[in-house]
Amino acid sequence: MTDTIKSEPFVLNIGPQHPSTHGVFRIKATVDGEKVIDAEMVMGYLHRSMEKLAEERTYTQNIPFTDRTDYLSSMSNNLGYCLAVEKLAGIDVPDRGNAIRVIMAELQRLASHCMAVGAFTNDTGAWQTPVMWCFREREKILDLFEMTCGARLTCNYMRIGGVAFDLPAAFVPAARKLVQELPAFIDEMEALLVANEIFIARTVGVGVLTPEMATNASLSGPMLRGSGIAWDLRKADSYCGYDKYDFEIPIGYRGDSYDRFVVRLEEMRQSVKILKQALDGLPGGPHSTQVPLALRPPKGEAYARVEGPRGELGYYVVSDEGPSPHRFHIRPPSFINLSALKEMTVGGSVADAIVVLGSIDIVVGEIDR
Amino acid sequence: MALPMLLTDHWYDIRDLSNLTNPLLDFVGDNISSELAYILGPLIGFIASFLIFVLPSQLYVGVYGERKLIGRIQSRLGPNRVGPFGLIQPIADAIKLMQKEALTPKTADTIIMNLAPVVFVAPAVLLFAVIPFGPRMIVANVNVALLYYLAVSSLPVLAAFMAGWSGNNKYSLFGAMRIVAMSISYEVPLVLAMLGVVLFTDTLSLQGMVLWQKEWDIWVGMLMPVAFVIYFICVSAELNRTPTDIAEAESEIVAGYLTEYSGMKWGLFYGMDIGYALAASAFAATVFLGGWSMFGLDKIVPPWLLLVAKTHLFYMIFIWTRGTLPRLRIDQLMAFAWKFMLPVALANLLLVATERMLWVDAFDSKQVFLFLFMIVNFASAAAIIYAWARFLGYKPENHPTKPRLVKEAGGYVPVGREVR
Repeated sequence: MTDTIKSEPFVLNIGPQHPSTHGVFRIKATVDGEKVIDAEMVMGYLHRSMEKLAEERTYTQNIPFTDRTDYLSSMSNNLGYCLAVEKLAGIDVPDRGNAIRVIMAELQRLASHCMAVGAFTNDTGAWQTPVMWCFREREKILDLFEMTCGARLTCNYMRIGGVAFDLPAAFVPAARKLVQELPAFIDEMEALLVANEIFIARTVGVGVLTPEMATNASLSGPMLRGSGIAWDLRKADSYCGYDKYDFEIPIGYRGDSYDRFVVRLEEMRQSVKILKQALDGLPGGPHSTQVPLALRPPKGEAYARVEGPRGELGYYVVSDEGPSPHRFHIRPPSFINLSALKEMTVGGSVADAIVVLGSIDIVVGEIDR
Repeated sequence: MALPMLLTDHWYDIRDLSNLTNPLLDFVGDNISSELAYILGPLIGFIASFLIFVLPSQLYVGVYGERKLIGRIQSRLGPNRVGPFGLIQPIADAIKLMQKEALTPKTADTIIMNLAPVVFVAPAVLLFAVIPFGPRMIVANVNVALLYYLAVSSLPVLAAFMAGWSGNNKYSLFGAMRIVAMSISYEVPLVLAMLGVVLFTDTLSLQGMVLWQKEWDIWVGMLMPVAFVIYFICVSAELNRTPTDIAEAESEIVAGYLTEYSGMKWGLFYGMDIGYALAASAFAATVFLGGWSMFGLDKIVPPWLLLVAKTHLFYMIFIWTRGTLPRLRIDQLMAFAWKFMLPVALANLLLVATERMLWVDAFDSKQVFLFLFMIVNFASAAAIIYAWARFLGYKPENHPTKPRLVKEAGGYVPVGREVR
């Protein structure tokens, strides 16, 4: 890596099929030895034209589409979309519906962060042990989803005006049990990795994002918070009655990969905290308001955003008083977070590029839509 | 008691299997023509070594045990479908690998690519020649066994480089370059650590080292903990085991120098990787953990069984680190080898050399001083490692492991100005 030895740069295609690209995504990296001197992102391998397809389907029929964008956090996607349509049509959600939504969104955040943390440690080379532990815990959360709506990954649970079904009787005890167990798991992960010298050596100072860079690239979620910016839509917008719950925003120190990792771990703790409160204060009443089957919202447009596991997940819906949206657009957090990849990888080594990519926590289904 | 009756030097005394094989070999040598004896002798040796070491170690500790143990570490079950408790799994794996097509890419250098697995396998077999399994159970009691071992154990790097270069794949090349750079770096502290052992035991023969440890009732690993730790780290780097598996770093460079290999050509690399790890474990058990001797226990328990047990226990540490530790980056590994291990190894050498001189010249080779040295060395090991790490700037207390927590959403919160 010294300047005295002349070497020829060459192009290394990291992806589309590569163990660490988390899907079909390609980094066209120009490397000089081990050092990355240029990185170009190539995406679109998983494009399914969801935004266009949504214009042909009714508002309710579009909910399953949102499951399939970010397939690791379908509940959050459902929630964002339903909020946008509710805003457009002026529909209120009953208290119980909101509480169930919060429970589901937080469970989803836990499941998604399990995946993010596990995959990230896999990228640093902790040979599958943390990822297996994460999968073990994620499995329990997915079991809860299955109990509620029959699906584990693509839940399709939220509806415009509430949620599809009320919680089954066994849900609350099972969720309480899970909430009891999860902090021990998070402690376990911390014990394994947070003070591990090798892990620190691999992640501290790797992929540093200054607060300016983070805001200029309009990043969101743990990426932004890792850089020390206290921004969380659950606090800022307080949709679904999030202002009733007591929780804190974890923020990092330097904005490196390590900070993003510990921020995610702490967010899992905060999610557990929210879940406890939501389960304790679960109100009665209906879980959903009646919404006409062929919903025709008034002419106009609406943008609703939620704090998804990966950041600001926005849905933009335009209505022309027809049964299906005139325009449907998603602001995918992974895609926008990924835009900072080049700044973070160039100058580091190939191994660092992988760690940085892992710390962004991308879901390719959401990037390509 | 039937057991004491067996403790003779007759052929049925299982404490030393050469009791069994030597009469057999003598019989072969006396009664059968020499040409046939040359074939029969190695055949007997091969069958014996296969039954004693290769089958239980390579297949059952190396493949099955590793997968099962890593499975437990990762809180899953590991192989449990093929045969009772999944015991047939390694054999099923081998059959599967043999059935698979061993592809050679069109652009690859075919000759070198096919030669590489062969070059990789041969030294692994040669390594075991100098490992003493018992007082008389040793294939070649060479008086420079340690030198021989170190020389032969650095040969597989050549094969790895051949494999990486010939595949004509950028990831392979990355792996090859990494393994060559790393092996060269880690040989230096390894040899320096070994030098201390040679100085103290005053022999280069592995059998001699075991006898020394037996004579003085102390293990070299206890006497020189630094050398032991350095040996473990260096050997795990050379063997490509986590946390130093950068040459095969799956998440970075797919499979490193093995990217283009498939079928049994890959299987040879995989199997012999375990072979090398077992050889390194056997070597560590011999040099640092008393080999086949164990404070008099070797009079009753077969010595070869003791060595195999120590080998497997040492191998368990490899499995354990593989299951728990993340991987280092190549520049960090290099820096670690040159900046940390080399000075520590040199300090250890100086300390050990001084002790040796004192022990022989001033203390009349008294055993009690060895235990004194053991305590001194453990204390100085901790001191040297800690002091040198501090000198290089190791400050874990400056490193926050918890994120800051804020109540309200807002803008950038500078470090040190959190509002709680």
